[in-house]
Amino acid sequence: MNEQSERAAVYDGNTLAGPLSEVFAVEVTTAIGRCRSCGSSSQLATFRVYGPDPGFVGRCPTCEDVLLRLVRTPDSVWLDLSGVSVLRIPMAADSTSETSPTS
Amino acid sequence: MARAAVSGGLTARRAWRPARLVERRPETATASTLVLEVAGWPGHQAGQHIDVRLTADDGYQASRSYSLAGPADGDRIEITVQEVPDGEVSTYLAEDAESGASVEVRGPVGGWFVWKPEDSGPVLLVAGGSGVVPLMAMIRARDGISRAPFRLIYSMRAPKDRIYDRELRRRATENGELTISFIYTRTAPEGETRPVGRITVDDLVSHGWTPELEPRTYVCGPTGFVESVSDLLVGLGHAPGKIKTERFGPSGP
Amino acid sequence: MSIFTRGFRGRRRDSGQQLPPGQYLTDDFPVLSAGPTPRIPLDAWEFTVTTEQGESYRWSWTELMALPAESVTADIHCVTRWSKLDTPWRGVSLDTLLGDLETGADFAMAHSYGGYSTNLPLEDLLDGKAWVAYEYNGEELAPEHGGPARLLVPHLYFWKSAKWVRGIELMDQDSPGFWEQLGYHDYGDPWREQRYQGD
Repeated sequence: MNEQSERAAVYDGNTLAGPLSEVFAVEVTTAIGRCRSCGSSSQLATFRVYGPDPGFVGRCPTCEDVLLRLVRTPDSVWLDLSGVSVLRIPMAADSTSETSPTS
Repeated sequence: MARAAVSGGLTARRAWRPARLVERRPETATASTLVLEVAGWPGHQAGQHIDVRLTADDGYQASRSYSLAGPADGDRIEITVQEVPDGEVSTYLAEDAESGASVEVRGPVGGWFVWKPEDSGPVLLVAGGSGVVPLMAMIRARDGISRAPFRLIYSMRAPKDRIYDRELRRRATENGELTISFIYTRTAPEGETRPVGRITVDDLVSHGWTPELEPRTYVCGPTGFVESVSDLLVGLGHAPGKIKTERFGPSGP
Repeated sequence: MSIFTRGFRGRRRDSGQQLPPGQYLTDDFPVLSAGPTPRIPLDAWEFTVTTEQGESYRWSWTELMALPAESVTADIHCVTRWSKLDTPWRGVSLDTLLGDLETGADFAMAHSYGGYSTNLPLEDLLDGKAWVAYEYNGEELAPEHGGPARLLVPHLYFWKSAKWVRGIELMDQDSPGFWEQLGYHDYGDPWREQRYQGD
């Protein structure tokens, strides 16, 4: 185990793209989350991420507090976003529907 | 019923779906490019990745993320896997997997660390080891579509570790506004004037763009490398908002 | 429905030993973490037991070192499926730390420097089942493995053995800790494969 990985998050929010794609219908690594603890805003891709075992923990790049936690169990995704006070997800004015309910 | 068939819709993008290994091409002694056939592949952007899941005959599963190495060719996608010492997934994929092997993939995912051909302006790509893979996807996506000036700084331990060696050398000699610089951290080739060692601020000044040009910068590689390079770039005056990073973990995938 | 990947075995090693269901044997000692490794100077380190009545009992590092210690050899089982047999530790039994306490509490929450927590029944900390461990394999416990001291409760999945432990809070009612809030089991018996809530 090298010195640097003892101190720093090994991953960033890019690694959450796959697991979060099970939950969100849209791209979320570009979403901006405001840290409940320090108030700074950062894109999810820049969260300092620990994991994937026993779960993912995404921490604020500014203050290191927990923004997000995610666990994938056999029958659920458990997602805690309580460290994020506001999540802003880029979305076009007309979000394109890839499946239309009627012909 | 108007709902799209599984192939390209949102549902498919979120699911694990079957993929077949069609070809494995060694890039170096420890890295291989894998061509996977994924029925109904919806296309992807340069910089995105897939999650690959392997299942042993007793049900044991392991999954890892791998960057797409280039544009899709219909249902065929490419990833380049660097073998990690004792890596259970990377060793299988880079060394053992045979044509016809079945895996599952999820994706494409990761819409932040992407470069689109319609993005204008100079681009700086800084690669540490296998971090070159998504950056190569950006270089390959540019072909014939964009004239945006690209500079690649590729740091590796030794010449033998250079992934995409032949292709990069071909591209470096073509007049396509792509400049490639190699940084050797442990062993340099004969005739190399730069002393071996990790990337420094001088390397970024010599081979990168000046901050006034406001390049889009993509840095990818092991965590320590990415942090170090980002700090150096910001120290030179590059805006943090123009630097995108992707950490591959302590030693890369 | 899963695809089967021909030729893939993973890093598992057959043991011939009886392991809890779904576990495999490992030779290394994987490091899992939820955050940056805390660095606690020994002269600032404290271990605090707080009862459900709000009474606190504290030990400094020096005081901990003065308590009778035991060598423990234990099999450990991580919920991520690796198991390691005959791991050698040294530490102070929780019986020593909790033994004299007046409490009617049934549950405990272990708290760690850095904010991690995990819950378990109080009786699972007693009667020779748990330690505050500060040595591994004859050496000071490394920070990446929970040093200077971690909780060691080997009969439960290893996420209950809180790294960088700073204290035990006694509770009348069970309350989920860091991973239990996210779906992991409140008890965590590897032999009954209690990985997740509802198992």
